Amino acid sequence: MEDKITIENLNLYYSDFHALHDVNMHIQKNEITAFIGPSGCGKSTLLRCLNRMNDLVEGCRIEGSVKLDGTDIYGGDLDVTVLRQRVGMVFQRPNPFPMSVYDNVAYGPKIHGVTDKQELDEIVETSLKQAAIWDDLKDRLNKSALGLSGGQQQRLCIARALAVKPEVLLMDEPTSALDPISTSKIEELALQLKKDYTIVIVTHNMQQAVRISDKTGFFLLGDLVEFGETDQLFSMPKDERTERYITGRFG
Amino acid sequence: MDKVVQKAIASDKRWRAVYIACGLLIVALTLLMGAFLLYQGSQTFIKAHHSIWEFLFTSDWAPLDKTGLFGGKVGAAVYIVGSLETCLLALIICLPFAIGSAVYMTEISPKIGEKYFRPATEIYVSIPSVVYGWFGMTKLVPLIKNIFHPAMGGYSVLAASIVLAIMIFPTITTVSADAIKSVPMSYREGAYGLGATRWQVIGKVVLPAASGGILTGIILGLARAIGEALAVSMVIGKTRSFASNLLSPTSNLTSAIAADMGNTAQGGEYNLALWTMALLLFIISIVLIVLIHKLANGKKDK
Repeated sequence: MEDKITIENLNLYYSDFHALHDVNMHIQKNEITAFIGPSGCGKSTLLRCLNRMNDLVEGCRIEGSVKLDGTDIYGGDLDVTVLRQRVGMVFQRPNPFPMSVYDNVAYGPKIHGVTDKQELDEIVETSLKQAAIWDDLKDRLNKSALGLSGGQQQRLCIARALAVKPEVLLMDEPTSALDPISTSKIEELALQLKKDYTIVIVTHNMQQAVRISDKTGFFLLGDLVEFGETDQLFSMPKDERTERYITGRFG
Repeated sequence: MDKVVQKAIASDKRWRAVYIACGLLIVALTLLMGAFLLYQGSQTFIKAHHSIWEFLFTSDWAPLDKTGLFGGKVGAAVYIVGSLETCLLALIICLPFAIGSAVYMTEISPKIGEKYFRPATEIYVSIPSVVYGWFGMTKLVPLIKNIFHPAMGGYSVLAASIVLAIMIFPTITTVSADAIKSVPMSYREGAYGLGATRWQVIGKVVLPAASGGILTGIILGLARAIGEALAVSMVIGKTRSFASNLLSPTSNLTSAIAADMGNTAQGGEYNLALWTMALLLFIISIVLIVLIHKLANGKKDK
C-alpha cells in the first residue's frame, strides 16, 4: 500500500498554546482513516492541517511536514487552492450555500474554470449520484438547498466536495448533527467512496470508527497516543490510555 | 396587603400609564402628520381641480400665488425628475465605494476596519448637511466648472449627485458591513474548502448571502438622498428646466419646497402644489420603508 498523506513531526501552535505534539502518521490510499479522542484532543486540528484550513485561524503556526503524494503541502510547491481542490472537506454541521441545489454542486467546478453548461450538468448529476442523493433531489435541483433536511444537506455537501474531483475527502464529525438513519446513510456512502477516494474522518462515536474505518488514531491532549489497524486498536490496544478510553473508563 | 407592596403596585401602574401615553403620543403624532400631509397635499387635485397626471407627468409650472385663485399650471415633472436622477446617479457613484469599503472593513482587514474605518464612517453621518452643501458649493462646483467648462457654470446634476453620494456613503457602508459580518463563517469555510480564492469566496458566496442586508442599506441611503434638501439646493442650480446633460443645472422636489414654501400665499395654488410635492416625498419614503420591511421579513421566512 502506498502513502497518500505522510505526516512527519508535525507540531502546531495556536499563539502560545501547543495544540499538537510531534505527530507522525501514514495515511494510505483507498482506506478510511478515523481520528478518535475526547473533545479538545487535537483530532479536528490535525484534520484541518491536511488541507490547510488552519491558515484561516489567526496565530496558528505549524512545524514539521505534511506530504501529499510526496509533495510538502506547506513547502510552497503546491498552491493552497489546488491543494484544497485535491483534498476536499465535509464539515461538522451541514453548510450548504444559500443557493439552489444545482448551484451548490456547480460552485466548485465553476470556480475552477468549468463554464460549459452541459459539462456542468453532467458533473452535478454524477456528483449527486456518487453521494447517493440524486434520486431524492433530481426534481428539486432549482430549489434552495436550505430547505432540505439535515441528512440531505450533509449528502449535498459531500456531493459538492466530490464535484471538484478530489483525491482525498476529509470529514470532520460529519454525522454529529444528524439522526441515526441519516448517519447510517453517510456511513454506507463513506464505505462506497473509499474505492475511489482516500477518506479521513474525525468522529466522536467510537462505534462509527469500528464500523467504517481501516485504521484508527487515538488522540489525547495533542498527542497521537496510538495509531494502527482499527480491529487491532479496539480489541488489543497497546497503550493503557487507549484501553481506558475505548472501554469508557477514561478520566 | 402590605403597605410597601401596595405602594409599589400603585407606582407601577402610574409609570405604566406614563409610558403608554408617551408611546401613543408618538404614534398619534406620526398618524396626524401623515393625515395632515394627505389632506393638504390632495387639495391641488380636490380644490384646484388639477389632475394627478398633470402634476406627475407635465412640466408646465406656473401656479397662481393668490389665496383662493386657481387656474395656473402645476406640472412638477422637472422637480420629480430632478429628484430621481440625482438620487439614482448618487447611488451609482456611491455603490462601488460603499460595497468596496464594507468588504474591506469586514473581510480584508477587520482589525483596522473595526478600529478606525467604522468610527470614521460613522462620523460622516453626524456632519450637518449644510457642511456638505458648503463643501460642494466652494470646492466641487468650481472644480466641475474648471474641468468641464459647462455653459451654465458648475452648478449641476453632477455636483448634486456627488454631494448626495458622499452623504449616503456611510449609511450604505455600515449597513452593508453589518450584513456581510452576519454571513455565517461556515459558508466561507465551505467555499475555501473547495479551493476558492478569497475573491471567489467574497464575490460568489459572501456578497450574494449578504445581498438582502446590502439592499436594505441601499434603500436606507436612497431614503436619505430623496429627502435631503439643503445640501442639494446649494449645488443643483435651481433652474426650472430639465437637465439636458449631467453638467446642466436643474431643480428637485426638496429644493423647490425649501425655497418657496415661506413666500407663498396661504391656501393659494402655489402653496397647495408645494404641499402636494411634500406629500409625494412622504409617499416615496413610505414605499421605501415598506420595501425594507418586506426584504427583512423575506429573509426571515427562509
